[in-house]
Amino acid sequence: MRSIHVEEITQVIQEMCVETNYYLDPHIKKAFYQSVKREESPLGKEILTSLIENADIAANYQIPICQDTGMVVVFCEIGQEVHFTGGYLEKAIHKGVRQGYAEGYLRKSVVSDPILRKNTQDNTPAVIHYQIIPGDQVHITLSPKGFGSENMSNIYMLAPSEGIAGIKKVVIQTVEKAGANACPPMIVGVGLGGTFEKAAILSKKALLRSVGTKSSLPHIAALEEELLNTINQLGIGPQGLGGITTALGVHIETYPTHIAGLPVAINMSCHVTRHAKRTL
Amino acid sequence: MPVYLETPLTKEKLKTLQVGDQVLLSGTIYTARDAAHKRLVTQIKNKETLPISLTNEIIYYMGPSPARPNQVIGSAGPTTSYRMDAYTPLLLEQGLLGMIGKGKRSEAVRMSIQKHQSIYFAAIGGAGALLSHRIKSAEMIAYKDLATEAIRKLVVEDFPIIVAIDIKGNDIYRDSKKKYRKLELFSKK
Ligand code: SF4
Repeated sequence: MRSIHVEEITQVIQEMCVETNYYLDPHIKKAFYQSVKREESPLGKEILTSLIENADIAANYQIPICQDTGMVVVFCEIGQEVHFTGGYLEKAIHKGVRQGYAEGYLRKSVVSDPILRKNTQDNTPAVIHYQIIPGDQVHITLSPKGFGSENMSNIYMLAPSEGIAGIKKVVIQTVEKAGANACPPMIVGVGLGGTFEKAAILSKKALLRSVGTKSSLPHIAALEEELLNTINQLGIGPQGLGGITTALGVHIETYPTHIAGLPVAINMSCHVTRHAKRTL
Repeated sequence: MPVYLETPLTKEKLKTLQVGDQVLLSGTIYTARDAAHKRLVTQIKNKETLPISLTNEIIYYMGPSPARPNQVIGSAGPTTSYRMDAYTPLLLEQGLLGMIGKGKRSEAVRMSIQKHQSIYFAAIGGAGALLSHRIKSAEMIAYKDLATEAIRKLVVEDFPIIVAIDIKGNDIYRDSKKKYRKLELFSKK
């Protein structure tokens, strides 16, 4: 048994809330530079250049990259040999969020009830996913998610007969419908398989991969590439104002599924896709 | 070349602006997003006096992140506009002349903009740090209990925006995509 004090968890959660909101993922920045060169729309080029400038201002002047500093999603992979001390793990996570959003001057965007809609004033609670893994380590991945793009997400329960053609169709339709609302250039997370909720979680996990990385499964990597090419031919472009840079990446995660089903979840994300990971 | 535009807006000034024009805006604008729109519209329907006059004004759909002690405002980019669509025609009737946001508007809003000879601008979504630097002062002036969603009076300088719907009702989101579209998918039945 390895003991981990929950205060350590609070600490890393707090740090990741702040750093993800101030420092743009270098992979995204690299993708901006590559896209500026390729983009055919003059306005699109200017927008991409502005996004690079925005990232620099954010880091240099300590202003969040985007004012929607998101609702915090946390993935906890906990080694089964780990024992937490000093309090309740979930409370420690929320405390980290609370401190990070206060000390980092981040926007509090969470309401306590979907109908009554009263702001909780500290951006808690986070949405937390736990997984028990072998060993005595804890991996924590944190991703503050903005809702301009989150609202454009979708899930479909396709029939297996619809196959790859069906998957492509619903992904492209979702991207088309999202358009400017998802703040293109976007990153598209796709969850294939599992059950209804598993597909949705996979699509969120897909967004945690750095842009530019491919699936390790050859047939899925090929589908990712094909979808990305198709999406970039839609004409939506940076900010939906026309162009060939509509998405920076399409990431697909898969899981076994039922003989009768083909769940497809599409989690839309923007050019401010934020994520960080720590291992304790 | 960007067009320099100063507030207050007038219908005359708007006549010179066309969809796709890049504009650098200077002057006073107001922020309002979901919750503030709901209140404004409720007050109008109840025939109450509004906390701000809308005549010839510009509303920016934005809820900033908190300012640090040495900053005017925090990150300050646009939020998605369609959520305000249900409220917009009534505000345009009250004399509102301009809006700044991101994303496509409903057909009802597009028509209302054309009818009232007003304008809709797009700001770059997710460029909140850059846009923050073009805001010279910010003051919370109404619905303070709404915190980030309160109405703020902003003074902006060379604030970069793009004409998205002009007084003729031309819509950049409808039209510009066609220009760079390389394929036709799923032909409409
Ligand atoms: S979709 Fe992303 S970039 Fe756009 S406003 Fe929301 S968090 Fe910011």
